[in-house]
Amino acid sequence: MADSIISTDGLRLYYGKKEALHGINLDIEEKKITALIGPSGCGKSTFLRCLNRMNDLIDTVTITGTVKFRGHNIYSPKTDTVKLRQQVGMVFQQPNPFSFSIYDNVAFGLRLAGIKDKQTLDERVEKALRQAAIWDVVKDDLNKNAQQLSGGQQQRVCIARVLATKPDVILMDEPTSALDPISSSQIEETMVELAKDYTIVTVTHNMQQASRISDKTAFFMNGKVVEYGDTAQIFINPKEQITNDYINGNFG
Amino acid sequence: MDVKKVDHLAKRIIQVMVGIVAVLLVLIIGYILVTGLPQESIDFLFKPSQAVKAGGGIRDQLWNSIYLLILALLISIPLSLGAGIYLAEYAPDNKLTHFIQTLIEILSSLPSIVVGLFGYLVLVIRFNMGFSILSGALTLTVFNLPLLTSNIENALRSVSDEQREGGLALGLSRWQTIKGILLPRTVPEIITGVVLSSGRIFGEAAALIYTSGQSAPALNYLNWNPLSPESPLNVMRPAETLAVHIWKLNTEGLTIDADIVSAAASAVLILVVLLFNILAHYLGNKLERKLTGGK
Repeated sequence: MADSIISTDGLRLYYGKKEALHGINLDIEEKKITALIGPSGCGKSTFLRCLNRMNDLIDTVTITGTVKFRGHNIYSPKTDTVKLRQQVGMVFQQPNPFSFSIYDNVAFGLRLAGIKDKQTLDERVEKALRQAAIWDVVKDDLNKNAQQLSGGQQQRVCIARVLATKPDVILMDEPTSALDPISSSQIEETMVELAKDYTIVTVTHNMQQASRISDKTAFFMNGKVVEYGDTAQIFINPKEQITNDYINGNFG
Repeated sequence: MDVKKVDHLAKRIIQVMVGIVAVLLVLIIGYILVTGLPQESIDFLFKPSQAVKAGGGIRDQLWNSIYLLILALLISIPLSLGAGIYLAEYAPDNKLTHFIQTLIEILSSLPSIVVGLFGYLVLVIRFNMGFSILSGALTLTVFNLPLLTSNIENALRSVSDEQREGGLALGLSRWQTIKGILLPRTVPEIITGVVLSSGRIFGEAAALIYTSGQSAPALNYLNWNPLSPESPLNVMRPAETLAVHIWKLNTEGLTIDADIVSAAASAVLILVVLLFNILAHYLGNKLERKLTGGK
């Protein structure tokens, strides 16, 4: 596909000797929301974490196959993982703001990238917080410790923290599963808004969420992609019986 | 008995336990302060001690204790920071690591007199350092390292993995994550560990008797040449500390007013530890606020 920003080819991942991903071929389209669904332990989070090499942190993991980001294999030895992770940001299931002020949380990645000018920092922090739809709540309180915010607000600060470094892709690992329904739906709205400018790949256990917000859906099972296609097609007219069963809650 | 009654009983028993602990602490500290404080005077703190005559002070011992504490901390904090960070963040989960951890545990339960004799044999005799502040400080380092290392290791381990992942996902290197995110968070715990070990160091006698020695040659506080034997900064001079002084007064002291001096010195010891506590927490809070940006 011409407009795919990330594409994986024969991606296999082993924990020790055990193969957890059995050759994944997936093309992620630019400026779309791609949802990864499937039962627990099917490998969707593991797959997500392959896309910015977060699995590197686990010593026993070996990976074969390729993951191309804008045409470059990110697993080639030449890849600068620091740069990669700035281009492919990540939001986690559990909101994990650092124990700094809200401002410093968002500015952290910018300062790291060498931006020191106070005015530039201010602008970028404000923009990121606006994009994450939390600016109006925290604008008078930027020096407050981010960990004192509510869960939903913390998650927004985490999204802003990722946005501040202007990534191309945002990976989200069940970003709303630790949040209450209202915060969840607000984060969903934000995601839809963000998909105008960013590519989003999200793991979710929530079928309604996947069907509401995503453009593409991949159904994972036992370390394989069973079915991948437009969300509407997957949900209304799946090709595989097992996809149909999962979506309708007939197993799992 | 029904659940409610058991619950009530358990609470009562726990309250009694706490009561016993609190009463004991108040009694001990109260006794030391009540017997010691009336003997206290500004003069007592600033005049040299007497070997036989009554009316001696604790000037040099107090200074020696503080100086030794500072030196021991200066040596042991960087070392234990390095070791603690390695064990918590870098060490692979293998036999060697477990072996090191076991060694640290054993070392931390060594009686201080054994550490002192080790210091005597190795530093004082073998390395020919003599009874000196340096021998004492290095011995205290051996005594202090294992506890401070496990304190720092545990403090880092208590930070959730989400924080580490958050840092790495932002593109931070491992060291940047440790330095920028993990350490600032653990400052209060590390400070608490340093304060606790400072109390132990300040009150330590057994490890110092045979290393920094039991004599306190009179010091000249105007002499700032660290090579001069009468300079308070000289690290190669023998130096009796406050705790050793108290021990000596009560065992082989010939001083006529030994009981008065030792009571007063004990009170000073407690007050200094308390002062150090307050100061360290104040600085720790300030540092944490600065590092974590909550202005």
